[in-house]
Amino acid sequence: MSLFNIFNVSGSALNAETVRLNTTASNMANAESVNGDPSKVYRARQPVFQTMMDQSDLDSDGDDSSAGVRVLGVVESTTPPIARYEPGNPQANKDGYIYMSNVNAVEEMTNMLSANRAFATNIDAINTARDLLLKTISMGH
Amino acid sequence: MFDNVFGIHEQALLLHGQRLSVLANNMANVDTPNYKARDIDFAEVLGNTDGGAALPMTMTNSAHMALTDGGLPAGEVKYRNPFQASLDGNTVEMPVEQAAFAENNVRYQASLNFINSDIADLKYAIAGQ
Repeated sequence: MSLFNIFNVSGSALNAETVRLNTTASNMANAESVNGDPSKVYRARQPVFQTMMDQSDLDSDGDDSSAGVRVLGVVESTTPPIARYEPGNPQANKDGYIYMSNVNAVEEMTNMLSANRAFATNIDAINTARDLLLKTISMGH
Repeated sequence: MFDNVFGIHEQALLLHGQRLSVLANNMANVDTPNYKARDIDFAEVLGNTDGGAALPMTMTNSAHMALTDGGLPAGEVKYRNPFQASLDGNTVEMPVEQAAFAENNVRYQASLNFINSDIADLKYAIAGQ
């Protein structure tokens, strides 16, 4: 019954979007992190999503109607950290420079909104599937 | 006698369920790079079933084999053309998916209602009151 698949598929999306929200929270929390060494300063992280094909649910044509999404990995932003001259900072290097994390607050906010919308839509899909299944179960009553 | 009591709605219900699952996949992969949105062409699949045939075959010889429904018609999953493709190669458009999902939801419930009223009719006929 393909309606039951929706719970798995949308559930996997809820998981993936949660990871995305987690990385966004981590990025926002570390937006002001500094370090005297540019290689050690916090870098913005982003999850990479990948479609997850379910081979056990192939139909007669070999098309799989069931898929889901998973987090392939988390990549760090390659944008160089911003150097700032602050000789008074205890983290500053011998030249008096500190390096700010490369988190872009606007990017993080848009990411958070997008994850929020996607999460809500998938919850709606799960609720719809549940309502339809309950109505199908009570068929004939 | 009761083989085809629900008519097309029996198959329609299964197909709507399958399409709902395909649309849920699209919505789950809205942020996946290079994912291509998929859908089932409903009219085409239902047209291939016996219920959609304009002229049904008649059995004129005892050696003829009965044309059975053969269970669920295979819903062929096809890729959808996007209105506006995004840079990451993803062709899922959330409003389109949501509209299709809502429409499919209503159609599923309509089929369910027709089946329910058929069952109610049968019950009425059996009980005779």
